[in-house]
Amino acid sequence: MTSLNFRAHARPAWRRLLFTREAAVIAILAAVLLYANLAVSNFDSPLTMYYLFLDVTPLLLIALPLTMVIVTGEIDLSVASVVGLSSVLVGVLYAHAGMPMWTAALTAIAVGAVCGSLNGFLVAYVGLPSLAVTIGTLALYRGVAIGLLGTEAVTDFPETWTDLAKTRIVEGGSLPLVLVPIAVLAAATAWLLHFSPFGRGVYEVGLGREAAHFTGVNVERTKFLLFVLTGAVSALAGVYFTLRYGSARGDNAYGLELQVIAAVLLGGVSIFGGRGALHGPIAGVLLIGAVSSAMRLEGQTVNAINIVIGVLLVASVVATPVLNRVAAERAARKPKRKE
Amino acid sequence: MSEPAREPVLVLDEVHKSFGATAALTSGGITVEAGSIHALVGENGAGKSTMVKIVAGVHRRDGGVFRFQGDDVDFSSTAEAKAAGIAVIYQEPTLFPDLSVAENLFMGRQPLKPGRRVDRAAMYEQSEVLFQRLGVHLDPRRIARGLSIADQQIIEIAKAISLDAALLVMDEPTAALSGVEVDRLFAVARGLRDEGRALVFISHRFEEIFALCDTVTVLRDGAYVATQAIADTNRGEIVAQMVGREVGELFPKTPAPIGDTVLRVERLNSTGAFHDVSFEVRAGEIVGIAGLVGAGRSEIARAVFGVDGYDSGSVHLNGEAIPMRDPRASIKAGMAFVPEDRRLQGLITDGSIARNIASVIRRGLAKVGFLTSRSELRAADEWAARLHVKTHALDMPATTMSGGNQQKTVLAKWLATEPSLLIVDEPTRGIDVGTKAEVHRLLSDLAGQGIAIVMISSELSEVLGMADRVLVVCEGRITADIDRDQATPEAVMRAATQLHHTEAGA
Repeated sequence: MTSLNFRAHARPAWRRLLFTREAAVIAILAAVLLYANLAVSNFDSPLTMYYLFLDVTPLLLIALPLTMVIVTGEIDLSVASVVGLSSVLVGVLYAHAGMPMWTAALTAIAVGAVCGSLNGFLVAYVGLPSLAVTIGTLALYRGVAIGLLGTEAVTDFPETWTDLAKTRIVEGGSLPLVLVPIAVLAAATAWLLHFSPFGRGVYEVGLGREAAHFTGVNVERTKFLLFVLTGAVSALAGVYFTLRYGSARGDNAYGLELQVIAAVLLGGVSIFGGRGALHGPIAGVLLIGAVSSAMRLEGQTVNAINIVIGVLLVASVVATPVLNRVAAERAARKPKRKE
Repeated sequence: MSEPAREPVLVLDEVHKSFGATAALTSGGITVEAGSIHALVGENGAGKSTMVKIVAGVHRRDGGVFRFQGDDVDFSSTAEAKAAGIAVIYQEPTLFPDLSVAENLFMGRQPLKPGRRVDRAAMYEQSEVLFQRLGVHLDPRRIARGLSIADQQIIEIAKAISLDAALLVMDEPTAALSGVEVDRLFAVARGLRDEGRALVFISHRFEEIFALCDTVTVLRDGAYVATQAIADTNRGEIVAQMVGREVGELFPKTPAPIGDTVLRVERLNSTGAFHDVSFEVRAGEIVGIAGLVGAGRSEIARAVFGVDGYDSGSVHLNGEAIPMRDPRASIKAGMAFVPEDRRLQGLITDGSIARNIASVIRRGLAKVGFLTSRSELRAADEWAARLHVKTHALDMPATTMSGGNQQKTVLAKWLATEPSLLIVDEPTRGIDVGTKAEVHRLLSDLAGQGIAIVMISSELSEVLGMADRVLVVCEGRITADIDRDQATPEAVMRAATQLHHTEAGA
């Protein structure tokens, strides 16, 4: 960079990059992968990796837009219900209404966007708290999903489509093809949040919505658009979910919202808004996936896995204030050393 | 007056305090006598707040003498300081908004009836006695929410009296008060002085210091400079002591050629806020908007800029109609707005200085759709340098800066848009004398470059010194449009209180 009048950064680059919540999660992820590779038999097989990626795909998809919603200081608890509703719609439209798969899938995604826009309208324009609104729509969308299909399931999807969800990039390799669209979406989200003027506005809404308003950020529209995006992407995850398991059911992805939110918070995004970076939640999702996968190979129950993930989440939330406190106390002691 | 041998209420000497690597106070000192109102002045960052916080028990000093009522003390909490008889009244008191005035007064020490039930009757009665003693009218039963800042301060003072505080420290209490409210506060303060209590009064406004205080202590760069009787000094001397140098004219508006009309506001109405507001501002002109706090000055500015809506009327900038409630359209048309509350409205205080400065122009900084921190840093660096912002590094959060530097950052952020109209609302509130003069010089320079400026200020001397024309707002209406050569404090105050008189007369 050409010469500046001011110092650009208060801390050297390595400290800025290393001393972050994101770096900590990535380090834990690396440690878990290393340990599992060495100590858990079969963890390093291509098949384990392949299933790990297939399993975390819905989480990974939803975490991308949800991270932005949480950075604005809002929350969307209805994501898993939108997954369920979208799954049911794909089934009903294809099997009962006779639509082609393409049209059924696109319709389901459009309905997901409508679900998101209802959340967004109530939160951004009516001004209701997102926690309350999306607890309501969590029940509403799930209720509609179950109402449409009852306890039935649609399972007779065309094989070309269900295979698509499971295709590998390289035959016999560990990377499923779905990672390609996910990588594209992740790159697009990273651009939107970190390299676009809109993304700067997202952080400003989270850090100080009044100041953002006075700076010309359209606070309402920013929140609204993010809820719509979250709805659409959740519905996309619903389409994937249906194809992956070859089954459209009203209770698909039940309770998934808590896993996604756990992954996003684990990745260092502040629940109060304004702080976080996209690579954190991605690492958070992979960490949850890796821990689950390794423990399942070890024969642990789902219950035990949940306990470990819960402990990780609480520890990561507690870690920040504790580390800040330690840093502050160290800083306070410094001048005395000089004396 | 009392016998001179009496022990001073508060003695601080050679007090020092550091936070990390920064020394906030190197050798602070003050000696406050009973029955005295003592002004504590200094530029922002001079150490006034730190000293007050040490006295209040918020911070613990690293060393030095701290005597209160003759005893050496060392408070480790605000509760200890309170129990000893020290009360601090802050600029913006924090009451419990959903509790009544009396409940706020007796928080944590409510009078009790048998069975540990709160004795409300006694609470209301004692509150009324307190208010009577202070000579103010406040209903102890009303809910605190919606009380003016002035009334909230009175409640804090009443609380201090009921605790029988021997020392009251008032930290910029008048910053958000109107003229009438200031007068009432001063009457209360004089009453307390006459009861023999000691008061410390912190303010940036010299008129008030000379009207109220009997002694003044000056701090500079964390160190004690001088203490003098008010009668033996003058404004020029105190300012010189504060800045360590002679300061020339504080309000240096230089004549600038007046050009075409830039802003035209026509018949703007907003129910409950302002009525039938029309005015024009021309290039190179500084139009001051004066009036009492709450008269609707800020509301007009907010509506013109578009952060608030209005019911009817129109706003034109350079002949172009500006849509209602659309700040981005106003910005695009060439408007800039430095709002009243810089911490809440002017800055993203937890965001970096660089991002704050680049926040309005960032759309233009993006290259092929990519906005990078590097381009933001470069733009921020240029504007921070032009405005002489002082900071350790551009990626530090804006909260780490002093008030004056924060205000310069807000100005930098808006000047980076190269506006044709700049609206500034209380541009120098709560900032030190040196920075204040810098801001005035800057506004004058900008007018000289042909920018139209609207300046809202509660400080009459600032408006009169800077403005080519003064608009006076009273109860939501423009009651006077006075040219520079006719603008006297009397003329402005008359217009600012006009409606009260006509209503009273009718």
